Amino acid sequence: MTTKLFGEPVRRREDARLITGRGRYLDDLGRGALAAAFVRSPHAHARILDVDVSAALDVEGLVAIYTWEDLPGALAEPLPLLIPHPALTHGRTAHPLAREIVRHVGEPVVMVVARDRYLAEDACALIRVDYEILKPVVGIEEAVRGVHLVHEDVPGNVGAHLVQEVPGHGGVTAREAVEAAPHRLEFRLDVERSACTPLEGKGVYARWDADDGSLRVYSSTQTSTSVRMAIAAKLGLPLPKVEVIAPDVGGGFGVKIVHPWPEEILVPWAARLLNREVKWAEDRREHFVSSSHERGQVQHVRVGFDDDGRVLGLEVEILHDHGAYTPYGIIVPIITSTQLLGPYKVGAYRVEFSSIYTNTVQVTPYRGAGRPQGVFCMERTMDKIAAYLGRDRTEVRAANFIQPDEFPYDQGLTFQDGRPLIYDSGDYPEALRMLKELIGWDSFAQEKARAAAEGRRIGIGVGCYVEGTGVGPYEGGHVHVTSDGRVHVSTGLTSQGQGHETVFAQIAATELGVPIEKVSVVTGDTRRFGYAVGTFASRAAVMSGNAIALACRKVREKALRIAAEALEADPRDLEITDGTVHVAGVPSASIPLATVAVLSNPLRYAFDEEAKRATQFAGPASDDRPPVAEGEEPGLEGRDYYSPVRSTFAAGMHAAIVETDPDTAEIRILRYAVVHDCGKLINPMIVEGQIHGGVAQGVGGALYEKMVYDEHGQLLNASFMDFLMPYATEVPRIETAHLETPSPLNPLGIKGAGEAGVIPVSAVIASAVEDAEGIAIDRMPISPSDLHHLRLER
Amino acid sequence: MNETRHRVTLTVNGVVREAEVPGRRLLSDCLRHDLGLTGTHVGCEHGVCGACTVLLDGEPVRSCLTLAVTADGHEITTVEGLARGDGEPSPVQRAFTECHALQCGFCTPGFLCTVTAFLRDNPAPSEEEALEAVAGNLCRCTGYQNILKAVHRAAEIQSEEGGA
Amino acid sequence: MKPPPFDYHGPATLGEALDVLAEAGPDGKVLAGGQSLIPLLNMRLAAPGHIVDVNRVPGLDKIEAGPAGVRVGALARHAAVERSPEAAAVLPLLRQALRLVAHPVIRNRGTVVGSLVHADPSAEMPAVLALLGGSVRLASRGGEREAPAAEFFTGPMESALRPGELAVSAFFPALPARSGTAFHEVARRHGDYAVAGVAAAVTLDDDLRVAAARVACVSVGPVPVVVDVTAACGTRPAASAGWEAAAAAVRDRVEPEGDIHATADYRRHLTGVLAARALRDAAAAAHGEEA
Repeated sequence: MTTKLFGEPVRRREDARLITGRGRYLDDLGRGALAAAFVRSPHAHARILDVDVSAALDVEGLVAIYTWEDLPGALAEPLPLLIPHPALTHGRTAHPLAREIVRHVGEPVVMVVARDRYLAEDACALIRVDYEILKPVVGIEEAVRGVHLVHEDVPGNVGAHLVQEVPGHGGVTAREAVEAAPHRLEFRLDVERSACTPLEGKGVYARWDADDGSLRVYSSTQTSTSVRMAIAAKLGLPLPKVEVIAPDVGGGFGVKIVHPWPEEILVPWAARLLNREVKWAEDRREHFVSSSHERGQVQHVRVGFDDDGRVLGLEVEILHDHGAYTPYGIIVPIITSTQLLGPYKVGAYRVEFSSIYTNTVQVTPYRGAGRPQGVFCMERTMDKIAAYLGRDRTEVRAANFIQPDEFPYDQGLTFQDGRPLIYDSGDYPEALRMLKELIGWDSFAQEKARAAAEGRRIGIGVGCYVEGTGVGPYEGGHVHVTSDGRVHVSTGLTSQGQGHETVFAQIAATELGVPIEKVSVVTGDTRRFGYAVGTFASRAAVMSGNAIALACRKVREKALRIAAEALEADPRDLEITDGTVHVAGVPSASIPLATVAVLSNPLRYAFDEEAKRATQFAGPASDDRPPVAEGEEPGLEGRDYYSPVRSTFAAGMHAAIVETDPDTAEIRILRYAVVHDCGKLINPMIVEGQIHGGVAQGVGGALYEKMVYDEHGQLLNASFMDFLMPYATEVPRIETAHLETPSPLNPLGIKGAGEAGVIPVSAVIASAVEDAEGIAIDRMPISPSDLHHLRLER
Repeated sequence: MNETRHRVTLTVNGVVREAEVPGRRLLSDCLRHDLGLTGTHVGCEHGVCGACTVLLDGEPVRSCLTLAVTADGHEITTVEGLARGDGEPSPVQRAFTECHALQCGFCTPGFLCTVTAFLRDNPAPSEEEALEAVAGNLCRCTGYQNILKAVHRAAEIQSEEGGA
Repeated sequence: MKPPPFDYHGPATLGEALDVLAEAGPDGKVLAGGQSLIPLLNMRLAAPGHIVDVNRVPGLDKIEAGPAGVRVGALARHAAVERSPEAAAVLPLLRQALRLVAHPVIRNRGTVVGSLVHADPSAEMPAVLALLGGSVRLASRGGEREAPAAEFFTGPMESALRPGELAVSAFFPALPARSGTAFHEVARRHGDYAVAGVAAAVTLDDDLRVAAARVACVSVGPVPVVVDVTAACGTRPAASAGWEAAAAAVRDRVEPEGDIHATADYRRHLTGVLAARALRDAAAAAHGEEA
């Protein structure tokens, strides 16, 4: 039996509990806890004149009602601005409960605590809030006019403005390069809002231990360590007195990385104040109007290119709608403006974005985090160049590719982590070759002609992307081998369905040479690991995976040292197989890892038979050496951190064939092909699952999902009936091929895979619909109704 | 303002359970919070996502669109009741693991209940029938491809084991 | 998203149900399948004082199919009607339409009569009842009355049901011999309410010429829009009938509104496309039946 598990499609260890109903999601915990509910603003922009709770006081089971006036100390201050940036000159965040002004429908105004959620909602319905309605600012164009302001002290509604410029050869500016180019194009693109919408909403459950003065909080979060720090700071508690645990989390996709959500500090505060357990489980309607959205941008593009379609100059202006507040800074437009370049070298590049306030739900990263918009921009540009020159769309892309021998490749920009945008590795020409073969690019023209002869319209599309993954600053891993031979792995970042318990166990089992059944993994529990950043930016495998591998290597080294002494061998001659340390080639000279763990911890007391071997009279000991040698620690455990100098860069290319109905304008995806490169694969089954899920979300963004606000700032489709997340019937079968160009930056050679699937889908579908219809597709998503009207305008 | 409470008796996963609930108590909340069977999940509470699907007298229904009082006297099967008596996961449960048909697992109980009833009535479904069967359940993680694979794999396991 | 409080009633007989409804008056609401009512309660968009749960009333789940048509009881679930071979034999349109109603799990619980009373102009079953000229039987403590479809649907989500009344059944009349039906719709997602949809019924004469052709359109007006297109088809053999002209007539008659999913113009266009498709298929079915 081999213990090499890295790279194998190992079945998930999470599933046993999740398929039997034994998962523990937030609302499964705290049976009997009091329930919180919120009165949320029905207006997009209004001044709170009065809150009258008198009618609610009679509700049976009511425990407490709180408004902003009730909040003490730091709790009454605005929520933190998590990622400050010099360009974010007018960053604004909300208060946990609205203070004077509400700035979007759904902003929390009053918190109610009652015996159960039904009663809490009854009380909410009876609380009267008087508002003076202010003029709402909705839509990017309305916002940039700046006639009405979202925040009185933010002129023009501009929160941030950032320009990055990479000159071409001889210092030529993008403007000059475009002007001087043989061919020029100029156009506008629009991408609508969507949102993560995990099946489980957010949720918080808090238990205050009055005797101990300590707080335990469970949150459906992507970052338990940061929630913990935020709670300690906001509630004025010593950090060691706060524990935060992310239980099973029912999907995140970005929305749960934001923290602290108002409820994440209000619920623990109420639990302490009331000395009762309090829980809030967000319902679907709340999620639509109070959790983040993403994607909405308007882009203006000017591009200059030569006869081969090589981009000589590119100028992009982006208007980014970040909603009412900016708790997560300007990460999304930074990513759009930098990752826009994809696998291409452009002669000279200038990108300018304005991040704009509107009276809508805040915008923070959603899987892909600004990349789908950037890729939409660049890939539409490539298609337009190809159309202009009458060239094959893949040829134009190939003409612009960074070549395999050009890595590391410096794009000359500053990335979302504040570090230079330098690609680590990749092979874009090979990926394109694989994709064309997979989808049958070169024979499609005949297929299209055949279809046309039958009165059918089909089209093919392509899209390429590069994705900065595994951003820092760090993650850590702790590995503990106990005297029963079990391996306990923990890392601070959290899991929302990515299969971390499995892939981290694969890494540990491979590094330590133990059967995977002996390995258990805990994530997102500050009791087990206190230092972490969080799960976002396709970073979990790269960051925690490498940290765990490094921690395992420390443990392994120590194990070999102890075993060498016991076996009277040279540690360099030892290996570990199946949980046993043995001399290479001499299986009889061996010692189980469990025994090594026993020997690693000098004992006075024998609590079981095995422990006797480590007690003080068990064997000969050196009289002149302390039982725990200098520089050593008792126990067989190790902790290490992985902190990379910069991000890894995964890449991929997708292609799709679509059919459009000539009469109804319905759009159907006939085939969808993916070539994906995330470096070394830890578990191909899980990576494919990530791709499938990403593509499905991408299909949602391309054809179905759109947050529709009216001019009053009301979200018109705040339900699953009208916000059209795809069902199985809307998602095509996905054909996948893998390319592995290892990252030179980390010990495991891996790159991230979590977000990849979603990134190019809108670009690919637009490309394919355009090919089928011969109509420029410059807005996404596109519905049959939209396509019908585009046909009429032709 | 005290609400009238109604005594309801449900046979859940073969066990007779009783609860006292207000008329408005949703079956999903009754199962989860009154009876402690939290395997049934609530994803939208307006009947679209399907996460709360349970079997009512053997037929899949949305427990968020059913009052607990309406279910009084009836039989309910939840995800906790799908495994065989000896705790061995059912063919549908095993197929979901084998095919990597779940990621975060939140929607999974609804799929498992739906597919269990579907394969009981249609043990050898076509591609199209399998698609139609799961088309009323939302999953945000998997992209459904592996769920469809799991439906067919479960049918295969059932027929292998039925034939053995 | 939890329902507001209400008084729950679980009558064991029809008489008891009618008594409770009479007592509750406009503040009473009948619960059968609950697939439309409970979402409204959960969102607190409806707050009736009394819920009268008729699920325990015996005899309301009958599906009676005969040469004259199909009578569907108030507790007959969509799925039961969809699966009924007798109902399908008399009126294939019932199954054609029911397969388009939401998803199978919703159909397990939702009732045909409930869908009629809900009177959503985007729903399939009201269009079917309207197309066939069926009726809804309404019972109250004072007696029963039969409301014809043309009078029953009074507006979006509004029906002729009066306070104190219970819709106990609906009757879908059979079509004459040599008739065929079809239901075509376009929805954003499979199982969603239709952006537009058309149910068609075509009857041929002895010479296989179009004798009668009618459509009912969903999502293009406040109630199901029934259009008789017999004249527009022309008295021609079905194979050469003027479906495009008929479709144009339908297109001209509907008055759709735009919403977040589709513009009014697109809905109108789509209704024409679907009308042509549905009429053609209905005629083919009528033909096939004869053959």
